[in-house]
Amino acid sequence: MATEASPIFDTDELVINMGPQHPSTHGVLRIVLKLDGERVIDADVVIGYIHRGIEKLSENRDWTQIILLTDRMDYVAAATNNLGYCETVEKLMEIEVPRRARYIRTVLAELQRIASHCLWLGTHAMDIGAMTVFLYAFRERELILDLFEDYCGARLTYNSMRIGGLPLDIPTGWDNKVRAFCDLMESKIPEYEELLTNNRIWLERTRGVGVISGEDAVGLGLCGPPLRGSGVYRDVRKDEPYAAYDEFEFDVPLGTNGDTYDRYLIRLEEFKQSIRIIRQGLDGMPEGPVMGKVPRLIKPKAGETYHAIESPKGELGYFIVSDGRATNPYRFRVRPPSFCNLQGLRPLIVGHLVADVVTLIGTIDVVLGEVDR
Amino acid sequence: MIETIVIPLLKIAVLLNAVLVSVTFMTLLERKVIAWAQSRLGPMRVGPYGVLQAIADPIKLILKEDITPVKADRMMFTLAPIISLVPALVVFAVVPFGGDELFYITDINVGLLFIISVTSIGVYGIILAGWASNSKYPLLASLRASAQLISYEIAVTMTLVSVILTAGTLSMVGIVQAQQDSGLWYGFVQPVAFVLVLIGGLAETNRAPFDMPEAEQELTGGFHTEYSGMRFALFFLAEYANMIVISAVVTVLFWGGWLRPFPSIDALAFLDLIPSWIWFFGKMFVFLYLFIWIRATLPRYRYDQLMRLGWKVLIPIAIGNIVVTGIAKVVL
Amino acid sequence: MADEPKSGDKTRDPRSGGPQSALGEAAPEPAAAPKPKPKPKPKAPPEAPKGPADQPPADDQERPAYFGGFEKALPGAMEQVSYWVGDWTIIVPAAALLEVATYLKGSDDGSFDYCSDITATDWPPREKRFDVVYCLYSTRRRHRLRLKVKLGEGESIPSVTSVWPAANWLEREVWDMFGVNFSGHPDLRRILMPDDWQGHPQRKDYPLEGPGEFLLESPMEWLRLRNLPDEAEIE
Repeated sequence: MATEASPIFDTDELVINMGPQHPSTHGVLRIVLKLDGERVIDADVVIGYIHRGIEKLSENRDWTQIILLTDRMDYVAAATNNLGYCETVEKLMEIEVPRRARYIRTVLAELQRIASHCLWLGTHAMDIGAMTVFLYAFRERELILDLFEDYCGARLTYNSMRIGGLPLDIPTGWDNKVRAFCDLMESKIPEYEELLTNNRIWLERTRGVGVISGEDAVGLGLCGPPLRGSGVYRDVRKDEPYAAYDEFEFDVPLGTNGDTYDRYLIRLEEFKQSIRIIRQGLDGMPEGPVMGKVPRLIKPKAGETYHAIESPKGELGYFIVSDGRATNPYRFRVRPPSFCNLQGLRPLIVGHLVADVVTLIGTIDVVLGEVDR
Repeated sequence: MIETIVIPLLKIAVLLNAVLVSVTFMTLLERKVIAWAQSRLGPMRVGPYGVLQAIADPIKLILKEDITPVKADRMMFTLAPIISLVPALVVFAVVPFGGDELFYITDINVGLLFIISVTSIGVYGIILAGWASNSKYPLLASLRASAQLISYEIAVTMTLVSVILTAGTLSMVGIVQAQQDSGLWYGFVQPVAFVLVLIGGLAETNRAPFDMPEAEQELTGGFHTEYSGMRFALFFLAEYANMIVISAVVTVLFWGGWLRPFPSIDALAFLDLIPSWIWFFGKMFVFLYLFIWIRATLPRYRYDQLMRLGWKVLIPIAIGNIVVTGIAKVVL
Repeated sequence: MADEPKSGDKTRDPRSGGPQSALGEAAPEPAAAPKPKPKPKPKAPPEAPKGPADQPPADDQERPAYFGGFEKALPGAMEQVSYWVGDWTIIVPAAALLEVATYLKGSDDGSFDYCSDITATDWPPREKRFDVVYCLYSTRRRHRLRLKVKLGEGESIPSVTSVWPAANWLEREVWDMFGVNFSGHPDLRRILMPDDWQGHPQRKDYPLEGPGEFLLESPMEWLRLRNLPDEAEIE
């Protein structure tokens, strides 16, 4: 399509508006594409359609009330959002979290990672046209939602952590349910792989699509699987251990080519590593309280801190400033991994075809609730 | 008079109704089969096991508001779904559904050529629909459709040449009879051609994994983005009618039409107790199921990859197949 | 203090610059949250925090190794150093930012190749009201550092997109939310708010209740609502 056309024909570029109501922009992402035939010459990524001002709201809420707002950012991984926020405040107040609470937090965060990756896998495969994987992945995600419902009563926005620990201990028998789920999940991963990993069409659609070198990925601030897909060893769980990750053994899968296929393989491997972490967490679960010693009125001393955790999407950071006097943060800032990954979309899609645009939106795994906050 | 006009007209009326009804049930079958593949139930609300969904859907589509975009080319916009559906139905004129003369409307001596020519008209419906909508996504879809048509039409037609060489006739009935005489389905004689036609058939009917002109994840529905109501339903009918056509053609050409398996082996003669049309529909059903199964399993090809597959893989193989067939024909 | 005029605000955003009294009320937002919000006058509201704590490191706190090289290479760039709950922060002058960024990225013992986050904090009472904060990370050395630049209203700060391409959107967001001007940024547009939005929402003097339109249409109504007792009063 990109050949030189004869001057008789009009060869204008076609500007096409993808989103915000497009089936595969995963929410309300809008991309203005400039096309030559079907090849993308330039793109402008427009965000902000569900900007709810969570940062501004949080600056006017109680320290505890904010946990509720963090749920609404990455709504497919609410527990990791809670975790990141609570840990940041704990760091600011230098609160010791009981070991049992840290273990349960880790298990919850890893369950959440599996749930989030399930959703990613389903929608990513759907974007490329493999519709069955979508329902298979959702089937397993449903079980995780059930587990969360058992734990905290909610299925999507959990509000499942508190500053200093957890609101609840795990219910009796919950750990066995999680173990059973781990076994089931392990048996389901080959099912996804069978449909995709060695599928010729899948390989053609993902290999060599959206290649980004490790150096570029670091420069662009990519995080999480897109960064590891380019072979950069960067996992907050390993580099700056939080919760109980320093006590567990797990591997960080790395890609070599930095293409969509590598990112896919990495996330599939993360399923397995998450299961491994959950098992270790359940087996080594210490006894004890789940709530640390926290002052009745949470009011950190004046100061500021930045704390990051590894959310399913990448490095989720919170930058919080306390003025030491109010029961709300003076400045509450989220470093959303999806936002930073989405920034890498434009360099990725330029030069590719329209069909690849949806592949690449899928591969960087954005949740617009988190991008816009 | 009765022989030449009334009976064919009756046949046409019966066939047309049969095709349209089976198309509505095809949609139900597709939904059900895909649902089972995806560990869910599919439509369950309308009638027992959702059987009446097949009737509810057309009623819904007929009652829906029929919108024509203001900037659309009105005439072409209306004409496009008709152009798309009519060829798909016309083709049934030469498809022999059974051994008896009762089961086909006519047997013309260029039946296969007729099918190839008429089915290619159908894609104009898609191209025109995309163009007449005066909208960007449908336009991209119509470009894709025309590219796809050119790549696959050639490959499929070339492949069919080798079948024609083997059979020595273009008549659909003649081809089945040739298979009866040789005692082997051409699927065994021409396995390469069989696979090529099957792949090409998928591409020609715009079915997954070659459903680029639709590609709802990329082009938000492609050529029928701007269509609604009955006009959309016509496209829908055309797609499924085309599926049935391709299944029928593949059955006739490679699976011996209405013949029982291994027509030369007398030990299996008891299979002849089953009427010929049941054999035909059984085989056709296998292909229809295959189409649905593929849709549930495979991701979608990208447009340039599809072109590459067409031009760099299928056409060379098709040409090679003609050469081999020709040599074999001369030598044997 | 509460009625202190916000210099420069009027020129930049006409809407929130309208009713000065409302703005003054909104200014000490963070401190005023629990108690003194309902009535503007009777009790003197606690003073709005004048700036971040920026606690200096304890004398026996071991400094990161790259600090020495940094001070040597760019004398005077390290205006102030702060250490709090394990995070090091260096405050640098805006003029030296680009040099500092280039140095930190290139230096072997620092090698801050990853720009995690860029954000800002607004301290309205302070003359240089904005703190632009750069959270840096080194994927090789695996350590973190925060850079902080103090900036007044209307001043601009050099963009670091040439050093870390990641800064592109992050700086756009800071511009969108705070109105901090980044000179040399390739594409400084609003990112989260609509293109035609007036004002910069994350500033402390931007009203929380209701959008800017509400304020513009009936400032008195807005004031009245604002002064109603807060239902969600805690304590």
